[in-house]
Amino acid sequence: MNGTELLTAVLFVGVVLITVAITFWASRQTSGTANFYAGGRQFSGFQNGMAVSGDYMSAASFLGISGLIALNGYDGFLYSIGFLVAWLVALLLVAELLRNSGRYTMADQLAYRMKQRPVRTAAATSTVVVSIFYLLAQMVGAGALVTLLLGVESELMKALVIVGVGLLMIFYVTVGGMKGTTWVQIVKAVLLMAGTVLITFLVLAKFDFNFSELLGAASDNTGKGEAFLQPGLKYGIDMTSKLDFISLGIALVLGTAGLPHILIRFYTVPTAKAARTSVMWAIGLIGTFYLMTLALGFGAAALLDTGPGSKVAESGGNLASPLLAEAVGGGAGTTGGAVLLALISAVAFATILAVVAGLTLTSASSVAHDLYANVWKKGTATETQEVHVARISAFVIGGVAIALAIPAQKLNIAFLVALAFAVAASANLPSIIYNLFWRRFNTQGATWAIYGGLISCLVLVISSPVVSGKLNADGTNAALLPKSVDFSWFPLDNPGIVSIPLGFFFGWLGTVLSKETDSEAAYDELEVRALTGAGAEAAVKE
Amino acid sequence: MTDAHGVHRRSQHPIYQELHDSAEFADLRRRYRSFVIPWTVAFLAWYLLYVIMSNWANDFMNTKLVGHINVALVFGLLQFASTFLIAWLYARHMNRNVDPVARQLEARYDAVIEGEGRPA
Repeated sequence: MNGTELLTAVLFVGVVLITVAITFWASRQTSGTANFYAGGRQFSGFQNGMAVSGDYMSAASFLGISGLIALNGYDGFLYSIGFLVAWLVALLLVAELLRNSGRYTMADQLAYRMKQRPVRTAAATSTVVVSIFYLLAQMVGAGALVTLLLGVESELMKALVIVGVGLLMIFYVTVGGMKGTTWVQIVKAVLLMAGTVLITFLVLAKFDFNFSELLGAASDNTGKGEAFLQPGLKYGIDMTSKLDFISLGIALVLGTAGLPHILIRFYTVPTAKAARTSVMWAIGLIGTFYLMTLALGFGAAALLDTGPGSKVAESGGNLASPLLAEAVGGGAGTTGGAVLLALISAVAFATILAVVAGLTLTSASSVAHDLYANVWKKGTATETQEVHVARISAFVIGGVAIALAIPAQKLNIAFLVALAFAVAASANLPSIIYNLFWRRFNTQGATWAIYGGLISCLVLVISSPVVSGKLNADGTNAALLPKSVDFSWFPLDNPGIVSIPLGFFFGWLGTVLSKETDSEAAYDELEVRALTGAGAEAAVKE
Repeated sequence: MTDAHGVHRRSQHPIYQELHDSAEFADLRRRYRSFVIPWTVAFLAWYLLYVIMSNWANDFMNTKLVGHINVALVFGLLQFASTFLIAWLYARHMNRNVDPVARQLEARYDAVIEGEGRPA
């Protein structure tokens, strides 16, 4: 092991040790469901804002977006914008009302006025599906980092690291619960912001803090000229790609408010006002971060080789940020380069660990609270049994994510996350919005909205060129399945433009075709509670 | 709010209907919705305009303003600015115009529940 590898190993072990220590510390205070699922609802708005940012700025943001900008120039910027504007949907329409009307999971606010079993089953199903898509993306990021750091394409090593990450996340969730997971997010958010500010500063310093000069260098270095700085390089080729761009844009802006791991963060604060403060902090932090992704992405384009066959291009852009860190530190082979590469890789690793923990906790909570305690046991399970089932579920979901992540290594992380956003916007957002704002909405409407949105989204993804039949410009296979298989018929990579309206349509259709009226009377109570906080879940007393 | 088995569902306590039918609650709902509905429509339209222009208004978006900085980049940065602005306006509106009414209604609920000496 040479000096660089030793340093990298020390930093990685450091990240792991810090997070493990936090988890043990949190575990001493985690007993009962309110602590396990919602961290006792004692986090302040600012703390939760940091944790929301930690949950949201995943490997997709740090590795994925800067990679897409490095490869496709301006078109990658849409991700940053969509991911940020989406927070207004969450802030204005969802965060506070959900805080007041729910308890532990996304399904709670539906179950408040609907028949328990069907809506909880549906909501738990879509929670697990969205979380697994999202988990996949993070695991792919972990695999890419290892390839870079070890400098070898060893499939076995990659698989071992993915398994290691999976085991760590199971540990965080089963031992630390929501309190441990939240503190891991907070530490990670600080590390990520610090690392990003440092690299942004160093990149800008190379261009005398003249952003225009950085853009000029990026367009020159890529050989694509001004087109690199203009919309359309990736998505402006023909009508199909333009529609894909719109579909992606819609999925990004509507997905955030349907992401289960973001929604349950609002339960960790004591009041709706604190939920509002969390989102305000999150918008500030996330917005600042996404502005810096511009410098990272164009910086990578200006300073690295991003052409065909380069490390950046081979990894789908996922390695642009760590390689950029190496370049601004002095380049490959220099001490400065090695230190920065190790540092940024460790930050990316912390990011991945924290987000997978948040996702696993969310799906495990939903399986235990919705499926086990309410659907199966019909509310007769004790808190101890429920938390026990949540811990077992974390093991199972972690295992599934590990198994699925290994074949998905070549896809861009931000792209994979955009698919998770499409599923969230199609399956979850319609039922959340209808439930909070439409008196007539009922059980059948909720289940049709969730299953309708979920199934149409999944069918379209499976039928898309991402899964089969896509070729690179040079004729090589760009799909998940081998080149010989092609059953794709849906032309777009992102299904949002079709599946999101379908989710809303099925929700409406299911509602008007049902004669259930009980949910309407219950709406009055839900509305009072959501808007005033009367009777909402209180913080756990110490 | 929680039945004997810990299942989360509505309480059917009459105080909710009473609050719901009060003039103050109608006022609260109006104050909330009159802000969030128009602003949601506005920021979604503004965002979609950006996405559509990126696709079909190439000449305009590619116009250079200063050095290598073009309209497309500035338009994108304006989306950041508008997001920060709308979030700030929303928080200010809620703090000033919505929270006071919500706290009054919540206090009425708490008074009734405490008067009964048991949770709803």
